[in-house]
Amino acid sequence: MQNPQLDSDGNLRHLLSIEGLPKRILNQILDTAESFVGVAEREVKKVPLLRGKTVCNLFFENSTRTRTTFEIAAKRLSADVISLNVNTSSQSKGETILDTVDNLIAMHADMFVIRHAQSGAAHLIAKHVPPHIHVINAGDGRHSHPTQGLLDVFTIRKFKPEMHNLRVAIIGDVLHSRVARSEIHALTTLGVPEVRVIAPKTLLPSQVEKLGVHVYHDMREGLKNVDVVMMLRLQNERMNGALLPSAQEYFKTYGLTQEKLALAKPDAIVMHPGPMNRGVEIDSSVADGKQSVILPQVTYGIAIRMAVMAILAGGQPAQQAPASEGDQ
Amino acid sequence: MKIHIKNGHVIDPKNNINGKHDVFIAAGKILSIGQLPNSFIANHTIDASNLTVCPGLVDLSARLREPGEEYKARLASELHAAVAGGVTSLACPPDTDPVLDEPGLVEMLKHRAKQQGLAHVYPLGAMTRQLQGIALAEMNELFTAGCVGFSQANQAITDTQVLWRAMEYAATFGFTLFLHAEEPFLAANGVAHDGEVATRLGLKGIPSAAEALALASILRIAKETGAKVHISRLSTAEGVEMIRAAKAQGINISCDVSANQLHLTEHDIAYFDANCHLKPPLRTQRDQDALTAGLKDGTIDAICSDHTPVDDDAKTAPFAEAEIGATGLELLLPLTIKWAQQQNLSLAEALRFITCSPANILGIPAGNLSAESDADICIFDANEYWKIEASQLKSQGKNTPFNGLELPGKNKYTLVRGQIAYPAAH
Repeated sequence: MQNPQLDSDGNLRHLLSIEGLPKRILNQILDTAESFVGVAEREVKKVPLLRGKTVCNLFFENSTRTRTTFEIAAKRLSADVISLNVNTSSQSKGETILDTVDNLIAMHADMFVIRHAQSGAAHLIAKHVPPHIHVINAGDGRHSHPTQGLLDVFTIRKFKPEMHNLRVAIIGDVLHSRVARSEIHALTTLGVPEVRVIAPKTLLPSQVEKLGVHVYHDMREGLKNVDVVMMLRLQNERMNGALLPSAQEYFKTYGLTQEKLALAKPDAIVMHPGPMNRGVEIDSSVADGKQSVILPQVTYGIAIRMAVMAILAGGQPAQQAPASEGDQ
Repeated sequence: MKIHIKNGHVIDPKNNINGKHDVFIAAGKILSIGQLPNSFIANHTIDASNLTVCPGLVDLSARLREPGEEYKARLASELHAAVAGGVTSLACPPDTDPVLDEPGLVEMLKHRAKQQGLAHVYPLGAMTRQLQGIALAEMNELFTAGCVGFSQANQAITDTQVLWRAMEYAATFGFTLFLHAEEPFLAANGVAHDGEVATRLGLKGIPSAAEALALASILRIAKETGAKVHISRLSTAEGVEMIRAAKAQGINISCDVSANQLHLTEHDIAYFDANCHLKPPLRTQRDQDALTAGLKDGTIDAICSDHTPVDDDAKTAPFAEAEIGATGLELLLPLTIKWAQQQNLSLAEALRFITCSPANILGIPAGNLSAESDADICIFDANEYWKIEASQLKSQGKNTPFNGLELPGKNKYTLVRGQIAYPAAH
């Protein structure tokens, strides 16, 4: 079966999940992003790589942050951007997601950024679109959120360049987390030797160890000697029910405090994909503390999304970010 | 009409016939096998050289979608699909719209099916009203109207009191209950086997324990009430073991497996192939091996198609939202033959699972070539490979995970009551 993400020459055609992408492609995206980090610091924050192209953000599930970073990334590449929040009410009028996509293709969209509450939605759309159209998954159900995974490893590479010599712990609701799945695949593909997941059994999917991770239920044990602490968001609706008794109890057992963080390596970095529940999965003093790299994650997120769009649109790796329009 | 089927290799597992014989048919009945009856002059001769002649296949689970879901499939399309696949008798579950819980509906369905003059349709009536699992349906009335057994289709009964009463009531009259074993709370919102693949793809899982738990209740209550229970579409290794133990204890139970489960595992979901969204979910290789072993040692009695035609729109959705099911009537024979070849089983051993054994479970006079029985016959080429092309299937549902696959076993002729139902006359 053909890998739906790659074209026949092995180049990136769609970005649907980290799983299934070779290390070469991940490095291509990370290296390209590196060259875009500087663009934001220029006076004219724009390069003409996607001029004349139309990027369509199609969000079947609300997310202001992710949508905004994709919008900024596309605009910095000089693309025209349309953002649509297709809420469930218009879906219930009977239009299928492929109807929506077809309408936008008829309006000559070149690239789709898709978020959907169901796993596999981006794959469905990628299978459907004609060959010249590219699809970027901005989060599908519990399955994948590849640009988040990429920006996380980009951040790690920035602060801890020796990827082959790291211990990384991912803590929290792995069961429902597309972010965790993407991070795990990105880390293992790039050769991080030890990835741990730390959570109660109710928040781990069955056979999670088959993803190549070490499982810990005791957070104090799991944090020992790690270089990177990656926290996951716990959704409100999962705090009081059959998965967990209460947010308070969760914070006591799995919330990241200064005291628990002290068990990790002294120079360990703390990450969170946002939005954070302060006092539930992470203590404010840690989130705002000196080991936190949560805000750089957001900044790098734009560079990563620019890199993915540039590679998809150009078909070629952009080794060096072109000059800004104002510089010419 | 008198038909002479000559030079074919006849396999009739029920009567232990396995050899080259001619078959003689008159007035819709089997007249004799081998021996040319006195003064028999055929109106029509079928040359079955190099072909296998066997009883028309019997399918324990085929959804026809009538009444109420004609946009998915119609009686006419699906009964054409049945005879194209060599299936001459089929049981259809009661989850139509409206549900088959009223005698009038069953009579109408039987009548409309009969008008088609194709495969025989044996409805399974709803065990409880509206399949809600609360109040019993009128089993005796439904039986009189033509139901051969009672089922909850894919709806589980959560109330064990109701299950107990339903079994007691069915046992009173000797009716068979066809139950799918899945504990609904554990399976809630699940769309795939709870294992490696579901974890990778981020799909909500249905643990194997959901089958084991439901089965434990059913078996225990069946033992207590003496009801005749048939478990539809077993899917797990543990389930096979439980049925094996129950049979050893003398509990009155039978069970089947879907042909899909014999060929596919969770890994076939690949990149969210909605055609692999099935119920029960595709499980692991270990489960598949156990199901095969169960068929071989007699724990599992039959193979069904679990024919569930779905319209394209309903399948064109993210995996979890895509409607459950695969079309299957035309694939039952080739999938069974392929399975038998892989397992080094003879054709005669394999055909038992789709002829006399399911007929016996339904209690219908079908699945054999005994003299004086209805001439329901399937004539196929066991060695011809053909490529499954979904668009070419007679079923209105083109949803199959086997699209593009080459399978052995091409049906050539289907006779129903001594009439050639397939290929259709022009």
